[in-house]
Amino acid sequence: MVDEETGHERQARAYEAVHEAADFTELKRRYKNFVVPWTVAFMVWYLAYVACNNWARDFMSHKVIGHVNVALIFGLLQFVSTFLIAAVYGRFANRKLDPLASGLNAKYKRERRR
Amino acid sequence: MNALLLPLADSKPGNQALTISLFTAVVAVTLYITWWASRQNKTTADYYAGGRSFSGAQNGLAVAGDYMSAASFLGISGQIALYGYDGFLYSIGFLVAWLVALLLVAELLRNSGRFTMADQLAFRMKQRPVRTAASTSTIVVSIFYLLAQMVGAGSLVGLLLGVKSEGLKAGVIILVGALMIVYVTIGGMKGTTWVQIVKAVLLMTGTVLITFLVLLKFDFNPSKLLGAAAVHSGKGEAFLQPGLLYGKDLTGQIDFLSLGLALVLGTAGLPHILIRFYTVPDSRSARRSVQWAIGLIGAFYLMTLALGFGAAALLDTGKGSAVAASKGNTASVLLAEVVGGGSGSVGGAILLALIAAVAFATILAVVAGLTLTSASSFAHDLYVNVIAKGKVTERDEIRVARFAAIGIGAVAIGLAIPAQKLNIAFLVALAFAVAASANLPALLFNLFWKRFNTSGAVWSIYGGLISAVVLVIFSPVVSGKPTSMITGADFSWFPLSNPGIVSIPLGFILGVVGTFVGRDTSSELRYNELSVRALTGAGAEGAAKH
Repeated sequence: MVDEETGHERQARAYEAVHEAADFTELKRRYKNFVVPWTVAFMVWYLAYVACNNWARDFMSHKVIGHVNVALIFGLLQFVSTFLIAAVYGRFANRKLDPLASGLNAKYKRERRR
Repeated sequence: MNALLLPLADSKPGNQALTISLFTAVVAVTLYITWWASRQNKTTADYYAGGRSFSGAQNGLAVAGDYMSAASFLGISGQIALYGYDGFLYSIGFLVAWLVALLLVAELLRNSGRFTMADQLAFRMKQRPVRTAASTSTIVVSIFYLLAQMVGAGSLVGLLLGVKSEGLKAGVIILVGALMIVYVTIGGMKGTTWVQIVKAVLLMTGTVLITFLVLLKFDFNPSKLLGAAAVHSGKGEAFLQPGLLYGKDLTGQIDFLSLGLALVLGTAGLPHILIRFYTVPDSRSARRSVQWAIGLIGAFYLMTLALGFGAAALLDTGKGSAVAASKGNTASVLLAEVVGGGSGSVGGAILLALIAAVAFATILAVVAGLTLTSASSFAHDLYVNVIAKGKVTERDEIRVARFAAIGIGAVAIGLAIPAQKLNIAFLVALAFAVAASANLPALLFNLFWKRFNTSGAVWSIYGGLISAVVLVIFSPVVSGKPTSMITGADFSWFPLSNPGIVSIPLGFILGVVGTFVGRDTSSELRYNELSVRALTGAGAEGAAKH
């Protein structure tokens, strides 16, 4: 049989095939289930810090150890949380996202060759 | 301006020779790298994206190099030196912002674009309007950011060489501009990336050294450093608490919130950061590079605390001091002199020269990165896809990018000269506000909202861009206060100095409104394709094979 399909159509069909795959739905679900709650969490945590600087100054000025006060510790905790979330996401993506993504990528390549 | 010269009054002529020779060495090394890289540039993928062959760690260093600009090194520590704790917000906002880039943007963008931010939008939208809009906002954001770097170069060289006249300072700015044009036109992305990597290493080393020397003076006891800073600043414990700079009344509090929002949402919309993700072979390396960048940038910002509070504890920061006269921009460099042994000592002279050379390298590298970004966007988006409609050879495209670099360099030089008296970190925060309002809404909607279409993208980009810029023009930054850019007139009516709290939501809202007004649904056709590509990397541009 003569393949009348153009390269572009074949590509579009390959994308569609990957999009319909159960693994893709699962990949999307995993990604969203991770990213949405964590984004909300770090934004709320960060905005809480900004708001405390504005409206909770007595609390922020409370000294903890020597000249180190709550404000400084709250600020440093923002560093800690950023490092932690970056590490947690990296682990999650390596373990839960990458295997699915590379499988789907291979499927795309197979579909394009068909 | 005389205040700037005070620290040099007793410095020996030999010190200036040392400073100048270190400066020259920095320039020579970076020029060599650029020349070396230029010999490997063959295609547009090489010129714009460094052949997509950098590793995650290399690109992480380069991202950090692009991000730790003069604003961070000179601006933030200067804000802390003058206003204590309140200067610290910049560090935190600038860092947390990377989570937005890591979780929502970096990998998806890497998979779905080619060279510029606009590529990702053009994937499923009408090419011409979307590319024109994205290119315009890329260039505007980059110019805001460039301004900040040039102001840094002005105050730095003014301090070191004892340049008195505004004319000579302008000469310095023109020289920096000319150098960056050379980097970009010759080296392209590969040259620029290597310059960033070298600069990031230099900057980290210099900062670690000064931090170490500061802490040494305070027996490695942070509380002791803080106490000394509080006493020496003349403000007591208030220096360590929120409120010296921001939030004195409700307007101030809203302004602070606005700044906080702009900082956290701006990074993921900065075009020169976004195109860095195209220099790596795949999304996994894009993720690695953001993780590297977060580690490096976080460590660096922790050290700005030592730099800023160290400057407050050890330098004169009162009214009329050199630090205050430069809006804090010279604090890090003067601190280096003091911890090296003080003015007039050999150690002090060497450290001063060293840190100044590092700061200069920082500025050159960031300026080159920004110029490359806007030149690429002009050539790739406006010239090739809008003006010439794709009928251009790769050689012509690169030639246009080179001319664009010259043009953008000239504009930035022209604008930087009148902006000399603003704090660098503050100027950069404005660039962040514009990026968060104009670019981020369109990027996120395009990735996550199927219904989003061409008119939505155009409305949100222009709406966010224009509202942010207009609000800055009519804010106290430009007129109406003794500290404004224009002191003779007062046409300010917008009370906040950062427009983010108004213009960022507006960018998002206009994206939604524009989408429904435009009605066009053709952009939905390729959404499935975009989401497959973004999440799996299927069909994404790979590394160049040579």
